[in-house]
Amino acid sequence: MTIQTQALPKLAVWKFASCDGCQLTLLNCEDELMALAGEVQIAYFPEATRAVVEGPYDVSLVEGSVTTPEEIERIGQVREMSRNVVTIGACATSGGIQALRNFGDIAEFRSVVYAHPEYLSTLARSTPISAHVDVDFELRGCPINKHQLLEVLAAYIQRRKPRIPTYSVCVECKRRGAVCVAVANGTPCLGPVTQAGCGALCPAFARGCYGCFGPQDSPNTAAMSDRLISLGMADDEVMRIYRTFNAASEPFRRESERHEPARDEEALT
Amino acid sequence: MDAEMRVLDLLGLQGLIDTLRARGYAVVGPTVRDGAIVHAPIATIDDLPRGWGDDQDAAHYRLRRRADDALFGFAAGAQSPKPVLFPAEELIWRGRRTGEEFTVNEDGAERAGDEGPYALLGVRSCDLHALAIHDVVLLGRDHVDVRYAARRAGAFVVAVTCTAPGGTCFCASMGTGPRPDAGYDLALTELLDDGPHRFLVEVGTPRGEEVLAEVPTTSAPAHDVRAADDAVAWSVAHMGRTLDTDGIKEVLYANAESPRWDDVASLCLACTNCTLVCPTCFCTSVEDVADLTGDVAERRRVWDSCFSEDFSYIHGGAIRPEIRSRYRQWITHKLASWQDQFGMSGCVGCGRCITWCPAAIDITAEAAALRWTPQPAAGRS
Amino acid sequence: MSMVEHLHRAGTSPETLADPMRPRRYRIAHTRQDTRDTFTLELEPTEGPPLAYRPGQFTMLDAFGVGEVPISISGDPARGGPLEQTIRDVGVVTHALITAPVGTLLGVRGPFGTSWDVSLGAGGDVVFIAGGIGFPPLRPALLELISERDRYGRVVLLYGVRTPEDIIFGDELRSWAHDHGIVVGVTVDNGQHAWRGKVGLVTQLIPRAGFDPRNTTAFVCGPEVMMRFSAAALADRGVRPSRIRMSMERNMKCGVGLCGHCQLRELFVCVDGPVLTYDRLAPLLSSREL
Repeated sequence: MTIQTQALPKLAVWKFASCDGCQLTLLNCEDELMALAGEVQIAYFPEATRAVVEGPYDVSLVEGSVTTPEEIERIGQVREMSRNVVTIGACATSGGIQALRNFGDIAEFRSVVYAHPEYLSTLARSTPISAHVDVDFELRGCPINKHQLLEVLAAYIQRRKPRIPTYSVCVECKRRGAVCVAVANGTPCLGPVTQAGCGALCPAFARGCYGCFGPQDSPNTAAMSDRLISLGMADDEVMRIYRTFNAASEPFRRESERHEPARDEEALT
Repeated sequence: MDAEMRVLDLLGLQGLIDTLRARGYAVVGPTVRDGAIVHAPIATIDDLPRGWGDDQDAAHYRLRRRADDALFGFAAGAQSPKPVLFPAEELIWRGRRTGEEFTVNEDGAERAGDEGPYALLGVRSCDLHALAIHDVVLLGRDHVDVRYAARRAGAFVVAVTCTAPGGTCFCASMGTGPRPDAGYDLALTELLDDGPHRFLVEVGTPRGEEVLAEVPTTSAPAHDVRAADDAVAWSVAHMGRTLDTDGIKEVLYANAESPRWDDVASLCLACTNCTLVCPTCFCTSVEDVADLTGDVAERRRVWDSCFSEDFSYIHGGAIRPEIRSRYRQWITHKLASWQDQFGMSGCVGCGRCITWCPAAIDITAEAAALRWTPQPAAGRS
Repeated sequence: MSMVEHLHRAGTSPETLADPMRPRRYRIAHTRQDTRDTFTLELEPTEGPPLAYRPGQFTMLDAFGVGEVPISISGDPARGGPLEQTIRDVGVVTHALITAPVGTLLGVRGPFGTSWDVSLGAGGDVVFIAGGIGFPPLRPALLELISERDRYGRVVLLYGVRTPEDIIFGDELRSWAHDHGIVVGVTVDNGQHAWRGKVGLVTQLIPRAGFDPRNTTAFVCGPEVMMRFSAAALADRGVRPSRIRMSMERNMKCGVGLCGHCQLRELFVCVDGPVLTYDRLAPLLSSREL
């Protein structure tokens, strides 16, 4: 048993600024967890076990974004201890919902929210892991999809690249036979510019896509915004639809800034 | 088949469904779901979209109540029967590895043969032509899609004349409708006038005749035959769109470097919807799925689209990284190179790519624009 | 034509149709490292006869659970021994193929596609132009030519690679030149490491290759841009475009014309190609991203 355990790849799960939802996706694997336990040694995973196995680790799953000076230091250490760094979820991959701070004034937030802001050491921007260290693979989603996570883990166990498609949510929507909510109901939907991975969950339940998986590989966000406006959205609503879980991803950030009301005023003056 | 035309009333239509089911067919037909006409298993005429019509335009689809009780009073639904015979995802094979060995121990073709046979009820002429195109593409060449073959071989087709063309329909320009002309076992034309709610029935095959013999019908009076002709004429006159097919292949080939592609690309979301609702688009990919150990693996055939970047990927990058080249590929294939490949157009004028494009791009408008766009000199920079 | 007629033409009923997507199993008999990133596998069928193929054809090679890729056949079609396939380590599947231990079973589908038809060059001069990993697919054609060497006039092989270390089949090149009178010209992009040969583009070797353009058949395989310039240079010198044959590379998922990925306007590269003539390709290669 000991010999076998030593031969298994060592998996670590790290948390940065995040809600734990993506780590929970791993715990929610249930049926597959036993199989996983047979294939990897879960060496560091505070959410699941107090046992700690020393690094280095073969695969480090990193949840969360970098928002404090301490986290910058810690992600550097994780990188040094890990053969492969895989980010899991929108926070780790694009900065997460907390990257909304990037569009505001952190000093002002701090003074409004905290009684003693002087105790607080935080960064002006929430940034993805890749802004600080090399990342081997970025798994999208808020939260990540269980099947995609298992595919990524299988890929690293089998020493191959993960097979994660980068096309739009519409592909999954049509494959599952859902009716397009934008066309058949006029519901604003970010599906056309968003990467697949969720299985078109929201459109299948008559909701528009919220863009949880971030931009697809060829996101024509300008054309998307024109359509949203033609469906009756106001400019500031268009700005906000891009500013959710992947607000700081480049294509969504740029597009949201094109629709900032302040910017319109500047343009007018 | 020049069999005598018959007339079927609502009870007769129910009888037809019952007969098909009794003969072991899984009857699939139009029904209302999530604000659209979709295909689903049908057991009774109450499952059909009675009294529903639709309004269609570019990027726009809405069901609306009709003033009558028509069962087929709508234009092309959200999908053709394509997903029934050529599903979005299916198993090719599943295998197991033991050490250096592997065995293929489940074959998707066997599974495909076990599903049916299907009876497709309410197939429109556009979609019937699309089916004939798929027969050529998937069965008519050296290599055959055996899973499609297994489903297709047993399928029974009840076509229905389109008497309510939509705003994006142009089958009349493509010569593919609105009246089914071939490829059906039975064809119905719904008659809604002062008389009883009824259907003129045309028989297309001996198998169709055999089934119809088990259903209560009456001989078709001349005025019903005329009424069906009138309904078709009305339909032809009410197509929402037209596409000029004259010399279209040459137009597209000559326009490979047209500035028009940049205009379309500025609108195109590269979302793939047009290809995934198209009844003739047949491009697929394979997906490999393995368990954690990699010892159990399966290969699946899934719908793919020339609008995805990965579609043309070879080592070193995509052949068509730009959206303009992807749109050019799609429309050129559909209207031009399809002719060279299969001796027919790849477009049947169903209008779905227009209706279901979230960016309201219109193949008929693009084809017309290319026809009238001055052509730049050929050649590369 | 009706559905039934199509099935009839395919020669059978749906129940007995051969599934072109189902692989045959082959065992890796030998793996040879040719260069730092290129390997040749020798494969033997687990059941049935060896694969009969024509030079220029390819197979779809499957690493279990990893995936499938099109790979050209690089062996001697006349020898009938194991199936030889030369693979460069460029992606997930190719990596799995070259690192699989000897004895591993691989899935093989094919052979697919058109052939070089090298005998079309008999009675005249023949020029082979290879770029990098484009050389292995030409090897069966060269071997076929050598087996009937006296039917051909001057035979030239121009071969461009990145560095001297990337030269594949180097020993064979020498023996072909020495024993079979083939004029071999090799050029590299990067000529460090004490390289005393030519440095530059393979097209620069064409003017001095000494063939008679009016009676030459050319076989070109390599990166698309290299093939385009080579074919244009050959045509400029007077080689008829219909006698310039090139092997095209496109994304392929099925190899049998069903998946649609490899389309080049009206061509399905997997069944209409990969070997195609320049007169047919020239108009298609003149548009970017077609």
